Amino acid sequence: MFEKAIVGGRRYWLWILALFVVMAAGGGAYWRQLQSGLGITGLSRDVTWGLYIAQFTFLVGVAASAVMVVLPYYLHDYKAFGRITILGEFLAMAAVTMCMLFILVDLGQPMRILNVLLHPAPASMMFWDLIALAGYLLLNAVIALVTLTAERQGEPPPRWIRPVILISIPWAISIHTVTAFLYNGLPGRSFWLTAILAPRFLASAFAAGPALLILLCLVMRKVTRFDAGREPIRKLTLIVTYAMIVNLFFVAMEVFTVFYSRIPEHIEHFQYLFAGLNGRASLVPWMWASAAMGIVSVVLLLIGRTRRKESTLGLICVLVFLSIWIDKGVGLIVGGFVPSPLGAVTEYAPTFPEIAIVLGIWAFGFLMVTVFYKITLSVRGELGV
Amino acid sequence: MTIDRKEFLRMTGLSLAALAAGRARAAGRESARDAVAARRWAMVVDSRKCLKKAGCDLCIRACNRSHNVPVIADRRHEIKWIWKEPFQEAFAPAAGGFANSQYQDRPFIVFCNHCDRPPCVRVCPTQATWKREDGIVMMDWHRCIGCRYCMAACPYGSRSFNWEDPRPYIRDLTTEFPTRSRGVVEKCTFCAERLAVGKAPACVEACEPGALVFGDLEDAASELRKVLSTNFTLRRKAELGTVPEVYYIV
Amino acid sequence: MRDRGLVLVGLAVFLGVSTLPIWYNLASRQGAARPSLKLPVGEKDCVAPVAYMKTSHMMLLNDWRDRAVRRNIRSHTYNGRTFPISLTGTCLQQCHTDKAAFCDRCHAYSGVQGPYCWDCHVDPQLLREAPKGGDAVPTGGPDDHR
Repeated sequence: MFEKAIVGGRRYWLWILALFVVMAAGGGAYWRQLQSGLGITGLSRDVTWGLYIAQFTFLVGVAASAVMVVLPYYLHDYKAFGRITILGEFLAMAAVTMCMLFILVDLGQPMRILNVLLHPAPASMMFWDLIALAGYLLLNAVIALVTLTAERQGEPPPRWIRPVILISIPWAISIHTVTAFLYNGLPGRSFWLTAILAPRFLASAFAAGPALLILLCLVMRKVTRFDAGREPIRKLTLIVTYAMIVNLFFVAMEVFTVFYSRIPEHIEHFQYLFAGLNGRASLVPWMWASAAMGIVSVVLLLIGRTRRKESTLGLICVLVFLSIWIDKGVGLIVGGFVPSPLGAVTEYAPTFPEIAIVLGIWAFGFLMVTVFYKITLSVRGELGV
Repeated sequence: MTIDRKEFLRMTGLSLAALAAGRARAAGRESARDAVAARRWAMVVDSRKCLKKAGCDLCIRACNRSHNVPVIADRRHEIKWIWKEPFQEAFAPAAGGFANSQYQDRPFIVFCNHCDRPPCVRVCPTQATWKREDGIVMMDWHRCIGCRYCMAACPYGSRSFNWEDPRPYIRDLTTEFPTRSRGVVEKCTFCAERLAVGKAPACVEACEPGALVFGDLEDAASELRKVLSTNFTLRRKAELGTVPEVYYIV
Repeated sequence: MRDRGLVLVGLAVFLGVSTLPIWYNLASRQGAARPSLKLPVGEKDCVAPVAYMKTSHMMLLNDWRDRAVRRNIRSHTYNGRTFPISLTGTCLQQCHTDKAAFCDRCHAYSGVQGPYCWDCHVDPQLLREAPKGGDAVPTGGPDDHR
């Protein structure tokens, strides 16, 4: 089955080559980081987490969003999702792998990563996050392998896989909840100290993840013979719509709580992000762009014509994805560190090596998705499906 | 000798259980062995004495020198264990307005508060930072993986990370104490290595006006307890429940 | 077998290349010399039996690390003598004063690149080389920084 990944046309290999070039650039930049330290990034004593952890936070959401196709199909017998659940699971695997890679490149002493397992600290949410992510990766790998193999053999999958799939549903919720717990249990970081953080994470994940899945299906309709079908795409669009509305509602809740109570410690983070603080305002255009893209995407999703046409749907999904990527990634992480506990406003901007490493890991994720989808479609192509 | 699958799984399960039990017992033994007499180290900073000499930084220099703390000009990468903050930043948000205008801009020395309920210890995934029986929030630079979660968790900004190799930035290298390598987080450890040989922390020893009072909270007869019972003290962000053990007399 | 000649040539090349370290060292007579280690003057006994130190000094150092840092046990007794647990203070300053002629020589010979103790633990030799109060102090650690 895996040999299908090394058989392909010119476009396929050009795409793989492009990915490898980006990965090589990222690898080179990471080598530099290993030699001289994390000082080559834009991080500082005040802003200690940046683009790497932002990607990790965002991608855990994408990984968790696989539950949005798995749950309807396996728990509620929604047959229309039958052909895309495995695409969701493979996407989840790639996303989780990227998450773990982003954490690894963020470490000051990556060679010591096994200390987390050798000296477990059950009070630390980071410990549980590692367990949850590793478990989720394993779950999805087993599920995808077993179901794809069964599909290839033209038989129903073995019965024991069903409880495994059902476990993956609450597990998906838990990986993103524990990631939110990383942030919202810290007493000193008032921007993150909100009970609604985990629900916010889940809502934005269930918008961004399916949006990406829709985009991948649209791309596959253009470059392969695979057509996910109108019904699955429509349902996914519905999920994105509701999730995005809930996400914007949650943001509005945060804004009200902060600005009505007027506690300076809470307001200052929002002020920095949306208006600037002490003359520093580098993230302001990004945050407003994210807000605009979020609102426009919801409006376009609510209008039937734009939602149903494939070209505008693609655009909407890009807007949703980018809006949440900015808000949950850079906005959430950097915003939590500015101002610092001592009131300092230190700005953060990623450096070129940092961006190269980020792109390199994204390229690796895309490589995984490409290979997995190629195998899946080839298996189905053989069957004439 | 043939072994069937059930037997194999049983043996593997039992071995793993025994291994885990052994590990757990070993960990338990370790903590029992390092149980010291119940003491709680704490510090009082008397800012009235501290400001007797303008621009005094004896404590800061003593700490930096005895611990090979690098001096990095780039503010983004700076490493500081003990430093001065103006009153309104050190005691934000309680400070401000006309209430404490007499203290406005007055420098206060700040450092790790060695909290009783330290959030940094709670979040460390490898227990590279932990709270000792004697109250000191300690650092193990051999175990730290440099994830900087403790820096995110600290409500006081007491911790610094080595963004690069610190050696080139160390002015007076001393053999008293190791340096750190890049990729680990560091902070004040209440001079645990000096306390172990009966010496006072470097900052306390270096302070000429005697503004730093270091002692055992559990010892009712200590000078520390006397100072605390006769003076009004402030602690930084006490409302967060971290129970900081550095008290400030303003 | 059609390609027998090619396969045999390939095998010969592979064997030659993979045994290169052996016959290269034989030819240049470089690997023969064992390192001459500068032993400490005035001290015959170590903090543990010499035979044990030869095989397991890294285990002792790891144990010292855990004892001193994690359990606050700062002294070590052997043969009636008590030593402070300190790589720099005891090992280097009391006995093995020339790290380069003792520790490094054997490590280099054995190809041991693992130890990065010197990234942090200060080699007193550095202070003897650079005058006190100077600006920058060169890093004394091995090239393989970790």
